[in-house]
Amino acid sequence: MSQQPFLLLGNPGAASLERLPLLPFEEFRELLLHAVRDRGMRVSAFFAWEARGGRRLVAALSDDTAGRVCLTSAPAPERYACLTREAAAFHWFERELHEETGIVPEGHPWLKPIRFCSGRDGEEPAVTDYFRLHGHAAHEVAVGPVHAGVIEPGHFRFQCLGEDVHTLEISLGYQHRGVERMLVGGPSKRTPFVMETIAGDSSAAYAGAYCGLLEALDEDAGVSPRDAQIRLLAWELERIANHIGDLGALAGDVAFLQTAAFCGRIRGDFLNLTAAICGNRFGRGLVTPGGVGWKVDEMLADRLLRALDTNAADLSHALELMFEAPSVLDRLENTGTVTDGQARDIGLVGVAARACGLRRDVRVTHPYGPYGALSLSPATVRTGDVFARATVRRLELTASLELARGALRQLAGDELSKAAGRAPRVCRPSTIAVSLAEAWRGEVCQVAITDGQGRFERLKVVDPSFHNWFGLALALRNGQISDFPICNKSFNLSYCGHDL
Amino acid sequence: MLKALLARMRQGYRTKPFPYEPPQMPERFAGLPELAAGCAEGCAACADACPTEAIRRAADGSPELDLGRCLFCRRCERACASGHVAFTRQHDLAAFTREGLVRRPGMGYSHVLQPDDGIRRLIGRSLKIRQVSAGGCAACELDVNVLNTLAWDMGRFGIQMVASPRHADCILVTGPVSRNMLLALRKTWDAVPRPGFVIACGTCAISGGIYAGSPQVCDGVTDILKPDLYVPGCPPHPAVLLEALIRFMGRRLRND
Repeated sequence: MSQQPFLLLGNPGAASLERLPLLPFEEFRELLLHAVRDRGMRVSAFFAWEARGGRRLVAALSDDTAGRVCLTSAPAPERYACLTREAAAFHWFERELHEETGIVPEGHPWLKPIRFCSGRDGEEPAVTDYFRLHGHAAHEVAVGPVHAGVIEPGHFRFQCLGEDVHTLEISLGYQHRGVERMLVGGPSKRTPFVMETIAGDSSAAYAGAYCGLLEALDEDAGVSPRDAQIRLLAWELERIANHIGDLGALAGDVAFLQTAAFCGRIRGDFLNLTAAICGNRFGRGLVTPGGVGWKVDEMLADRLLRALDTNAADLSHALELMFEAPSVLDRLENTGTVTDGQARDIGLVGVAARACGLRRDVRVTHPYGPYGALSLSPATVRTGDVFARATVRRLELTASLELARGALRQLAGDELSKAAGRAPRVCRPSTIAVSLAEAWRGEVCQVAITDGQGRFERLKVVDPSFHNWFGLALALRNGQISDFPICNKSFNLSYCGHDL
Repeated sequence: MLKALLARMRQGYRTKPFPYEPPQMPERFAGLPELAAGCAEGCAACADACPTEAIRRAADGSPELDLGRCLFCRRCERACASGHVAFTRQHDLAAFTREGLVRRPGMGYSHVLQPDDGIRRLIGRSLKIRQVSAGGCAACELDVNVLNTLAWDMGRFGIQMVASPRHADCILVTGPVSRNMLLALRKTWDAVPRPGFVIACGTCAISGGIYAGSPQVCDGVTDILKPDLYVPGCPPHPAVLLEALIRFMGRRLRND
């Protein structure tokens, strides 16, 4: 057994299970608290694993400075003094842990199910106690699961004093499909399709993270330089399309209909670029283990490059209109503010974190695949409000368009080596692997543990929304109910990614 | 103001000529599959490759593909050494019955219009839809929303998404119907005035798709509410869905 408290892995990375530290629980607890509170590490995953020698708790912390993922474990106690009170970033993870295993993190301030997936008789999602305000001026507004628009289901409870929102509580779980259970025993012919639909608007990113896992689990696997560029193109096109959709939706919610209408169409134009590569607007089947499912030859790359430039010009006009309109800015600024302290405490990731000035972008801190050769820096804004989240998206659009152009220029030229990649064939048995990817919302984390035959014994998936839903609840505090739509759009979190 | 007008001029009129003209599908789009009989004895390469048991060898030995289970991933097409499975770019995939989604060799295809005069009279000019996402991965939901954009503009045909089920003629269900959404789905359906219609949008809603068999889902809406329209795809391309809705209303917009 290793003497080190952490097993340090790159991204993606894998190591024999023998190298995963197994610490006494108290030591494990102190180590995690110290790492998160004092060393600024992020909780990427924290979960229970039914190991042969008995149930264990496993933690995967991200060290953004060193670009490493730090793994450690301890025997799982039936009860323990919760981590949440000392490090709030564990808040949602401990609720999940309690719901799935019955382990009790004692002293947890709000130990309720997050998905309502126990299958216990009479359990219905969102039927539970809520934080309540009392008094004659207090009232409660309940919204969902079926919302007014075409959107996934979730339940929101506002406790209000007049128009002011005192607290918002978010209750999810309606989209629970049993993803992690389905992944056990894989990889199978179904696994890639489940991965691509964990959050169907982030298919390329999820497929990328999954490929990272498989490629780390087979040392002989490798991706050809051309395929690596096609992957980068897929990931950045996904980011571009979704960011445009979000900015358009924000414009629509503040009744700035011009940009809403333009962006709705331009988002489709970018989805159609992805469809030109793989036939599917959501990039299904494009990023595959060992490479890509579809080739992009010089002619196609050239065509895509020209289409990209046309779309980019349309986009820049549409966004200029929005960001120069005082009526829009007035509505977005100082609405739904999350402070950088709050963001750090609760462990926000992705766009929402960068809008609070945090340099959290896995492409930069834990570069994987083609990102390793690029010098990127995270797009950050400090104000933490809806405007900041919109601006981060606008900045990232510019950067992602440049990345996509770069990939297409290389694909259109003939400098890239035509060497073929090598698809992963087997998964190393008794191994733990971790893979992070920066989806358009933020960090996707996958941790795989294989059994003696090289099959997935546990596959933990953490969607960026898992970290960020509580951020939306904080953004609404002391705001108005009427701020909810734009706050919600500015986060635009995934229900299915959270619910798994 | 001047800038706004200039931007408007620059962006121009962008509503697609579809459905008055056939759609421009992506070159690599996987649409209606064509199957051929005469498979080699004992070969099940297509079925072995399929992640959702959508394709199989029928009793007479020829391939049979259920679009209601198909993810359009082309695994079967790639696995078949004799080219007996080929995905065309034909976008007209929807059917009014579950059985109508099963493809066999030699099947032609025509744009079938709503056969029921009663339904046509009811919704031929106006179709109000309440969408219910029940375990959907957001892809179906997003591509339903896209029909509202000016590029597709389904409002031209009297099709509108409404907030309240009480204002709706039909519900459009996406996702494999998670157990946790079953109650909300039933309540929404109960609130739709009769006669109401049910549209199953996407392979998950029809059969559970890739999630079929998971104990946390109900394998689609088919056995729960008996849909009146089935729109396969993972997710259905907007052209597939818009064509399906217009045929469901009983409207013919072009000759092909």
